[in-house]
Amino acid sequence: MSQALSELRNQVIWTRLIAIVEEQAQTLMRTAFSTTVRDAGDLSAALFDLEGRLIAEAVTGTPGHVNSMASGVRHFIERFPLDTMNAGDHFITNDPWLTAGHLHDVTVVSPAFHDGRLVGLFGVCCHQVDIGGLGQGPDGRSIYEEGIQIPLMKLASAGDLNEPLLEIICQNVRTPLQVRGDILSYVTSNNAAIRRLSAMLTEFAMSDLQGVADYIVDQSLTASRTEIAQLPQGSWSSTLTLDGYDHPVTLRATLTIDGETVKVDYAGSDPCLPRGINVVLNYARAYTVFALRCVISPEVPNNAGALAPFEVTAPEGSILNVQRPWPVAARHIIGQMLPDLVFGCLSQAIPDRVPVEGSSCLWSVQLRGRLPSEEQGRQGDLFDTIFFNSGGSGARPGQDGLSGTAFPSGVRAMPVEVTEHGAPIVIWRKELSADSGGAGRLRGGLGQKVEVAMRDGSPFEVLAMFERVDHPARGRDGGSDGSAGVVRLSTGTLLKGKGRQEIPAGERLILEVPGGAGQGDPRDRDRVAVTEDLSEGFISADAARAIYGLA
Amino acid sequence: MADTPSLPPRRARIGADIGGTFTDVVLETPTGRHSTKLLTTYDAPERALLDGVQLLLTEAGLTPADVELVVHGTTLATNALIERRGVATALLTTEGFRDVLALGTESRFDQYDIAMEKPAALVPRRLRLGVPERIAATGQVLLELDEDAVRAAAATFREENIRSVAVAFIHAYANPAHELRAAEILAEEMPGVSLSLSSEVSPEMREYERFSTTVANAYVQPIVDAYLRRLETRLGELGFACPLYLMLSSGGLTTVDIAARFPVRLVESGPAGGAIFAASVAAERGAKRVLALDVGGTTAKICLIDDYRPQTSQVFEVGRAHRFRKGSGLPLRIPVVEMLEIGAGGGSIASVDRAGRLAVGPHSAGSEPGPAAYGRGGTRPTVTDADIVLGRIEPSRFAGGKVTLDPAASNTALAALGIWDGKAETLAVGVSEIVDETMAGAARVHAVEQGTTLEERSLIAFGGAAPLHAARFAEKLGIDEVIIPAGAGVGSAVGFLRAPVSYEVARSHHLQLVDGADLGALNTLLDAMAAQARALVDKGAPESEQTERRVALGRYQGQGFEIPFDLPETALTDVADLRTRFEVAYRQQYGSQSLDLPVELLTFRVAVSASVWQGADQGAPAAERWIEPPAHREVIDPDAGIAMPFAIVSRETMEPGDAVRGPALITERETTTVVSPRFDVRMDVNRYLVLTRRPAEIEA
Repeated sequence: MSQALSELRNQVIWTRLIAIVEEQAQTLMRTAFSTTVRDAGDLSAALFDLEGRLIAEAVTGTPGHVNSMASGVRHFIERFPLDTMNAGDHFITNDPWLTAGHLHDVTVVSPAFHDGRLVGLFGVCCHQVDIGGLGQGPDGRSIYEEGIQIPLMKLASAGDLNEPLLEIICQNVRTPLQVRGDILSYVTSNNAAIRRLSAMLTEFAMSDLQGVADYIVDQSLTASRTEIAQLPQGSWSSTLTLDGYDHPVTLRATLTIDGETVKVDYAGSDPCLPRGINVVLNYARAYTVFALRCVISPEVPNNAGALAPFEVTAPEGSILNVQRPWPVAARHIIGQMLPDLVFGCLSQAIPDRVPVEGSSCLWSVQLRGRLPSEEQGRQGDLFDTIFFNSGGSGARPGQDGLSGTAFPSGVRAMPVEVTEHGAPIVIWRKELSADSGGAGRLRGGLGQKVEVAMRDGSPFEVLAMFERVDHPARGRDGGSDGSAGVVRLSTGTLLKGKGRQEIPAGERLILEVPGGAGQGDPRDRDRVAVTEDLSEGFISADAARAIYGLA
Repeated sequence: MADTPSLPPRRARIGADIGGTFTDVVLETPTGRHSTKLLTTYDAPERALLDGVQLLLTEAGLTPADVELVVHGTTLATNALIERRGVATALLTTEGFRDVLALGTESRFDQYDIAMEKPAALVPRRLRLGVPERIAATGQVLLELDEDAVRAAAATFREENIRSVAVAFIHAYANPAHELRAAEILAEEMPGVSLSLSSEVSPEMREYERFSTTVANAYVQPIVDAYLRRLETRLGELGFACPLYLMLSSGGLTTVDIAARFPVRLVESGPAGGAIFAASVAAERGAKRVLALDVGGTTAKICLIDDYRPQTSQVFEVGRAHRFRKGSGLPLRIPVVEMLEIGAGGGSIASVDRAGRLAVGPHSAGSEPGPAAYGRGGTRPTVTDADIVLGRIEPSRFAGGKVTLDPAASNTALAALGIWDGKAETLAVGVSEIVDETMAGAARVHAVEQGTTLEERSLIAFGGAAPLHAARFAEKLGIDEVIIPAGAGVGSAVGFLRAPVSYEVARSHHLQLVDGADLGALNTLLDAMAAQARALVDKGAPESEQTERRVALGRYQGQGFEIPFDLPETALTDVADLRTRFEVAYRQQYGSQSLDLPVELLTFRVAVSASVWQGADQGAPAAERWIEPPAHREVIDPDAGIAMPFAIVSRETMEPGDAVRGPALITERETTTVVSPRFDVRMDVNRYLVLTRRPAEIEA
C-alpha cells in the first residue's frame, strides 16, 4: 500500500499547490489597485521550482499572461543565481521579450524559503493601465515611445524595498500612486503564497518540493503525450490575412504532429512593422499553446509538463518574433488572432474537434473628449475612457458559436452604467445584430452593434484598435463568413479600423463588432434551430428563406 | 432543560423548511423540541408542511391556538428558477438594451472549455422588447418615454399570454420615473398582470445584475404569491391566529406581503436558516470566530461566522449549472448570507480524469441511484462508499436502518477505478482525502475572497455527511475545535426560529468625498430608507426593540470594486469623518496603506432588525468523565493510511461531560462522527459533541 499512498500524497499536495496559487491570485485581485487586475482579471499567478519550471498555476487569469510567464522565470534565475537569493528578496521586470510581450505587463518573482532553505519561486504578472509613454495603442514607432522599461532588477532586498527604483518608475507614469500601490500588492500576494507554502511543507513533513515537482511535471507530460499520440501524424499549413495597421498582414503557420510532440512554425508570416502590433515570440507561444491545449489537452492542469510537448517557432524579425527595439504595445490585436490560425491547421487534422474562425480580437473602445460640466472635474478638461466589446465566436464542434463573448481573451466587459458613471458619454445601443453570425449547419456567434456619443453632443475622438473590418472570420465546409466589422459615423461616413479619428459634434460613433463564422451548409441546419433563430431575431426572415431555405 | 418561568408552558413556535427532497418541521416549546422530516409534496408544497405541523402538535399535545409564531423557508422560488418552471414572463427595457441578459459579462467562466455554454436568459429574446426612453447616469432625462411604444409592447405581451412583466430601464436606480410610468400603462393595458420594477426589486447600479434580478423576481412572483396566500388561508382555517413569517436569504425574517412582492429575496432561505442555526450554536458556545460546514448528499456549503453573525453579501448566483463554477448561474443582487457551495457531498462520484488524477465530484449519484452500496443500480463509487470501506459506517445502522447497505458493492466500485494498487482500501483513502482536500481548498480561497483567515476558528459541522469528514477537514485547515450540534438534521428549520425579523433597503447614490459635499441630500435619503425598513419590521415584530445598521460602499475613484463600512445612525455632518471610516475599513480589508486619492461613495444600505435571539443560560459546565468505550472496531485513518482500533460509542448513551479519547466513532441515528486519532471528544451542556485536537498534535 505504501507506493499507492505516496501517489495519493503527491496528488493531495498537487491539489494543495493549485489552491495556494489560486489564493495568491485572489489576494492579488483584492489588493491590487488597477481595474485591469480587479475587474477584468488580467493577471496570472504561479509557482516555479528551482529549475524555473512552472509547477502550478492559478485558474484565474488570461492566456496571454498565463503561458508567457511560464518561460519567463528562467531569465530571473540566470540574472540572479539561486545561491545569491535571500528571504524577503523580490525581483521585477516588464521586459516584453522576457515575459508577457508589452511594457504594461509587470512581473514580480519572489523566492520562497522554508526552514532557511530556498524551495521554490512565486511569480505574478499583471497588466498596468498606465506605464508612461504614448499610452496603450499601436501608434508608437519603437519601444522607446511606449513607456518606461524596467530591466531585470531587484525590487526588494531581504524585505527592504528598492525605493530609488520605485521613485524612477513613479516619475515616469501618469498615475504614480496606483502603480506604486499595485507593485506593492504583487509583493503582498507573493508573500502570502510563500507563507502558505511553508505551512504546507511543515504539515507534510517535507524539506523541499523537488520530488513533488518531478511527479507533477512527469504526470502532466505523460498525460499530454498520451493525448497527442492519439492524433493523426503529419503536417498541415494555414494562412490568415488581417487588416493590419494600414496594410493587410498575412500570417502563416505550419503545424506538425510528430509522435508525442506538436510543433507550430510561423515561417512565411509577414515581417514586423514600425507600429505597435508586433508580437514577441513568448506571447505568440502563449496564445498558440492556449489554442492547442483547448482542443488537445484541456483537462491537464497548466505546468511545465503540460506545456513541454508543444513547440512554437518563428523567424527572427517576423511579426510573430519581433526583436528589440520594434514597438509592441498593442500586440494583443495580432496575438488574439493566433488561435484562429492554429485552428485552421488543426481542422485539417482533426476536423471534428476544432472551432471555426471567430471575431477573436477584443474591440476595446478608447475614447477621448472634453468634460462638458463640473461634475467629474473641471469643465473643458480632457478625459479618457475605455470599454470592452466582444463579437461572436466561430461555430464549434456540434455547437453554434457564442454570441458577444470574448475568445480567446479571458477579460470581462464592464457594465454600461459603470462606464457612463465614469465618463460623460452615453452608450445608446449595445445589442446583438441579426444576421451577423456566419450562416451554417452550425451558426457562428452574433456580433453586436454599439452606438456611443458625448452626453452633451460635443465632438470626441476614438483611438481605434479594431480588427476584422476588411477580413471577416472565414466559414468552413460550406458555412458562411461572419459579418465584417464596421466603424462609422451616424451619418454613414466610414472610419478607419485603426488610429485616432474625430467624431463631429452631434454625431454618434457606430461600431458593428464582427460575427463568428459558420460551419457546414446552412440548408442542412436543423429546422427547429432555424425557426428558433428566426423567432429570436438572430436571423432575418430574408436570411431564413434565402440562405437557410426555410419553407 | 430548565424551566423558564417567565413563559407560560403552552407557547409554541414552529419552523418549517421546504427543501428539494424533504420538508423539515420543528416545534419548540419552552420545555423542549419536536421535529419531523416528510417528503416534499411538489404539487402542493403546503400539504407536507401542514401534515408535519399537525403531527408535531399532536405529539406535543398542543393545539393551533398554542402556537405564537410560524417561520417558513422554502426552495419554491429557487426550484422554479433552476428548473425553469416559472410563469410566462416578458421584459420591457430601454431600446438598444434587450440583450443585456444575453451578453452578461461577455466572458467565459471556463478558460479551456470550448464547449461551454452561458446560462440561458429566463426570458427569450422575442419577449425582451425595447422602447425609446433614456435616463443618464446623473438621473437626468435624455429621451422622454415613448408611451405609444409601451402600449404596443403591451399588445405583443397580451398576444403571448404573458402573466408577468419585468420593467428594467438603464439608470432607473437613479431616476425611476420612466419605469413607474411604464408600469402604469402596462397595468392599464394588461389588467391583472404581475409587474416587477428594477427600481424597486434591486435599485442599484450595474445593469446585468439588476435586470437579471428583476426578471427572476417577475418569473416566480405569481407562483410564490399564490402559494403563500394558500398557505396563509389554510393556516387560518386550521385555527392558527399567530403571524406567519418568511425566512429571507439574508438570514432575516419578513412578512407574507413583502415575500409575495419580492420572492427573489427568498431563494437562499434554507441555507440561510442553516447559517443562522450555526450562528446560534456559536453564540451558545461563545465561539466568536467560526467556520460552518454543511455537507449533504450533493453539495457542501461553507460559511464564515464572526461575532455570531453569518457573513452577508449582496450578490448571489442561482443555479450554477457548470460544476458550480462562478459565472455559470444567474446573478441575483439581493442581500444574502455569504456562502460558498461546491459539488462535494456523500453522493459525490469518484472518477479518474484524463491527467490520471483521482477526482471527486462535482457530479453526484444523489439518492437515486445513490452510492453503489445502496444496491439501487448505482455502480460508480461515491464518498459514502469510501466511508463504508474505511469502516466509518456500520452497514446495518445506516440512516437509522432505513437503507440496507452492501459493502461488497462499495469495494467493487472503488476497485474498478483501476489506478494505484487497485485496492478498494487504498482508493477509499484516496477518495476521502481528495474530497476533504477539495473542501479545505475551497474554504481557504473563500476566506481570502472575504478578506479574512481560517486560523483560530472553531468548526461547526452539520448535515448528514459533515460529521464523517469534519475532523480531517479541520486538520487540513489547522482548526483545533470541531462542534457537532444536536438536531443537525433539521438545522435550517431550527435556525428559522432563531432569526430576527429584519429588513434591508439598498439605494445607489453617488457622492464624492470632497470638502463641501452635499450631505443633506444623503441624510434625507438615509432617513427615508430607515423609515421604510422600520415600518416593515414593525409590521412583523411590533413590540420588539429595533437595531439599525447603516452602511456605505465606497472606493478610491477609478477603482472597480467598493468596500463596505459602517455609518453612524445619526445625521452625517463631517466629510473628513466619512473618509477616515472608509480608510480604516480599507486597511482592515487589504492590509495596505491608504492612498492619497479621492474617495467616492456609490451605494448605501440600511438594515433594521428586531432583537436578536439569545441562547438559554448555559449554567455550569458538566464535570468531565472519561468513558470506557464499550466496543472497538478496525477503521482506516486516512492520514496514517492504515487500519487501527477505533472506540465505538453511541451518542444516545452519552451525557454532558462524558469524554472519549480518539480515535473513536460516535454513532447516532442519522450519521456518525469520526474522531480522528488526533482528536478527543466530549459532550457539552447542550449535548453538542465538541472535538478538541490534543495539544501534542497541535505542536507536531
